[in-house]
Amino acid sequence: MAITYTSGEQVEVYRFSIPATILIPLAAIFLQAWLPLKLHFFSVFDLPLLVTIGFATARRSQLAGLFTGGVIGLLQDALTHQPIGLYGISKTVVGFGASSLGIKLDVENAGARFLLTIAFYVIHEIVFFMIGRGLVGLHMEWSWGRELWSGLANAFLGVFLYALMDRVKQRN
Amino acid sequence: MESVLGRYRNLIVLVGVLFAQVLGLAVQVKRASTSDSESTRLIRVWAVGAVTPFEKMLLWVQTSTGDVWHNYFYLRGVRAENRALRQEIERMRLEQVRMTQDADQARRLQALLAFKEQFISQTVAAQVIGSSGSEQSRAVYIDKGESDGIRPDMAVITVDGIVGKVLHVYGSTSMVLLISDQTSGVGAILEKSRLQGIVRGTPAGEIVLEKVMSDETVPVGELVLTSGGDRIFPKGLPVGRVTKVSPGSELFLNIRVKPAISLTRLEEVLVVTKIDERQAEPDRSSTTRAADILAERLPTVPPKPEPAQGAAPAPGPAAPSTPGSLTKPAADAKLKVSPPATGTNGTVPVAPKAVTPAPSAAGSPGKPAADAKLKLSPPATGTNGTAPVARKAVTPALPSDVSKPTAGTDGVKPSPKPVKPAVEPKPQPDAQDPPQ
Repeated sequence: MAITYTSGEQVEVYRFSIPATILIPLAAIFLQAWLPLKLHFFSVFDLPLLVTIGFATARRSQLAGLFTGGVIGLLQDALTHQPIGLYGISKTVVGFGASSLGIKLDVENAGARFLLTIAFYVIHEIVFFMIGRGLVGLHMEWSWGRELWSGLANAFLGVFLYALMDRVKQRN
Repeated sequence: MESVLGRYRNLIVLVGVLFAQVLGLAVQVKRASTSDSESTRLIRVWAVGAVTPFEKMLLWVQTSTGDVWHNYFYLRGVRAENRALRQEIERMRLEQVRMTQDADQARRLQALLAFKEQFISQTVAAQVIGSSGSEQSRAVYIDKGESDGIRPDMAVITVDGIVGKVLHVYGSTSMVLLISDQTSGVGAILEKSRLQGIVRGTPAGEIVLEKVMSDETVPVGELVLTSGGDRIFPKGLPVGRVTKVSPGSELFLNIRVKPAISLTRLEEVLVVTKIDERQAEPDRSSTTRAADILAERLPTVPPKPEPAQGAAPAPGPAAPSTPGSLTKPAADAKLKVSPPATGTNGTVPVAPKAVTPAPSAAGSPGKPAADAKLKLSPPATGTNGTAPVARKAVTPALPSDVSKPTAGTDGVKPSPKPVKPAVEPKPQPDAQDPPQ
């Protein structure tokens, strides 16, 4: 596993085709809404978050990352009955953070992606918890054990998902 | 200045986007607390419109494949299953008759109290096609919407228990808020202790019964039913069972409830689109009795020759002096009478009929005092569909009943003797008369 500090010129910047840009997030949101009905354990995963991290680290553009995260989060919010913006804010932060890190670090290898996903999953949950509890007034419980376990599970899935996304990304 | 803006451009955009979203959230929270208007409906409609067609398509593919498999390939054991189901139907028909009699008695008593009952008069079956995809929002989507008559706040149930209520309605889909969501609330009552409370969801997705005072005793395993107090769920639907009782905060118990249905494995649900409220009325249409159903299974007995004209006495008047002759009037009664149509419980009027012979013999036909007393006979008579029949057939044999025209209650005393269950009550025109 190698997490190396690199300059912006040294890292590869990728882009995605328009169909991939639209369909991958939609598919992630769709699967997130549908799969837990068939496989209950799947509710531990957050596919839209993984897609946000995947796009952000590949594009390595802070603006693209925050907007991608924001749009995916708002779409995810729209399927819940809660006020729209909880996931939007959390994923905007994650999108910005992941793309910022993507500029600085080499996140092409599986180990780096694994650690990155755990870290951003926890950040996402912390932001969601703070907004949900502080602004919306939701009764939420925080459990480090549960969050870390979920982070691990998401990281495992993320490594495979990023490998799939690598197949559709194009060198800029 | 320009260089500063250029240098921190991305950060400024981030702050701007976050600020806009926080502002939007604050507006939504503020509006939600002041009015019911839904300010974000357009975004929700777009999101639901983008996702649900795929879910419906997938459901269609899944259902079609399942149908082909189950209807054409996987038919092994259907014959045996069919046989078992037929037996089950017979058993349930008997059970149904008993329940009908119980229900009829309950309705009569409710009518006496001018009680208004609620009942589900119309439902729409729907398939669960998706979820909200968030553990903080326990909601599911169903494939029926505004075009199918679904409206917000309608109850969603299954045959085993309640699911939740309709929260948002779109063209052809609806969002159902599950009872396990932390923002849901259901008026509930404990089946035996009749303690009332509110069932709420927890952030972890469990459900708890709140507002039950800590000095009450709630046994583990007790059934929790809807109380009807929330004006969404009709009264008496199963919510779940008590699994844990512990002292809670303040003066209330902390009662954990296991839902009657698995809320994470929902497939088909029923949306209650119409609940009627009406004055309780006894059912006058039911004519089936357990004895009739049992008789269907017995070999047919050839009819007895008709007695000579004029020789057939009214069932009661000629109070027979021998047990053998006593059974005869009972059999005649069966031929002449249509039972529960009298408006009283099929079991209860049996006694008056058996007793009436005596009053009529004494020249005081249809004495109201006797009837009234019999109608109010203890509820135990109505709980069993067959026992009162035995009572009825036996009573004419008791000379004491015959000799005491006004003491009709004596004849109601249960007899230990099992007698022919084929006696039906005589139509009592005064069956609805209030007791005196």
